[in-house]
Amino acid sequence: MVTQITSFGRSGLYDWMMQRISALVLSAYSIFLIGYLLLNPDLTYEQWSGLFESTSMRIFSLLTLLSIGIHSWIGLWSISTDYIKSTGVRFFFQSVCGLVMFIYVVWGIQVLWGL
Amino acid sequence: MLVSIYRYNPEKDDAPYMQDFEIELPAGKDLMVLDVLNLLKAQDPSISYRRSCREGVCGSDGMNMSGKNGLACITPVSAAAKNNKLVLRPLPGLPVVRDLVVDMGQFYKQYEKIKPFLINETPAPAIERLQSPEEREKLDGLYECILCACCSTACPSFWWNPDKFVGPSGLLQAYRFLADSRDTATQDRLSELDDPFSVFRCHGIMNCVNVCPKGLNPTKAIGHIRTMLVQRAT
Repeated sequence: MVTQITSFGRSGLYDWMMQRISALVLSAYSIFLIGYLLLNPDLTYEQWSGLFESTSMRIFSLLTLLSIGIHSWIGLWSISTDYIKSTGVRFFFQSVCGLVMFIYVVWGIQVLWGL
Repeated sequence: MLVSIYRYNPEKDDAPYMQDFEIELPAGKDLMVLDVLNLLKAQDPSISYRRSCREGVCGSDGMNMSGKNGLACITPVSAAAKNNKLVLRPLPGLPVVRDLVVDMGQFYKQYEKIKPFLINETPAPAIERLQSPEEREKLDGLYECILCACCSTACPSFWWNPDKFVGPSGLLQAYRFLADSRDTATQDRLSELDDPFSVFRCHGIMNCVNVCPKGLNPTKAIGHIRTMLVQRAT
């Protein structure tokens, strides 16, 4: 057993599962948006902003935003533990990634919910 | 034929280098790479490599032949050489002791970690622990591993974290004991593997399957371990 305190859920299985679930959410969101744009070639601003104002779309977008945070944390954590061998530099890199993801999530919520 | 060999003698050389040898191979015969090495050693006795059984059973002569890991004794020169040139290097990712001889310490440490022996807490029966033919069949494709390290040293995840990631060979053996009906330590074995490195550093690129000289499939075994972990935790 290798002990880790900087990984997302500390358990390898949990991280693995979360990465797969978040990947499914991200694919579903991407497919939905591409599909929506293809099916509405004459999209107006009102229609587009109306889509993002509906509660279901807000829930879907928030879920996607959190999935981006989780997915990128697990992925970048993995990359950092592969390639960055100095503990100090690795921890700094992980902290910067964590901070950027947190900022994106908070900022994203602000944008989505029009706060 | 031109044979280029990785040379490094830490007592003499500051850095490793490639040495080229020109060798006349007997016509009408497809020699194995090990035979070529033996011919070269007759020319230059300082060339170092491990070999023993010369028939793909002992796993001593694992090396990198023109970019692909394999056993020199069962790889024909025709398959390993490219453009009439054969490039021989030690297994990648492990410290070089000399020329084609690597220090397998880290590889064996990972093997030791998975407890490669049957654990059974129940009292031993009078004769032996029996298995049905179906239970025995589950070990096929697992027990044949000869620990040559071709797979683990072809795996980037093992290159970057040889101290934390068990590696394809160790995990194939881990599953060999997880799948064994006579072993009662399944839960403890799974608990030991449930961290972000031991199993989950495998990203399924299947380099291990590509190079295994025994035709085994460590990626599939790793998949089975993952399934066992998921089943236990959901």
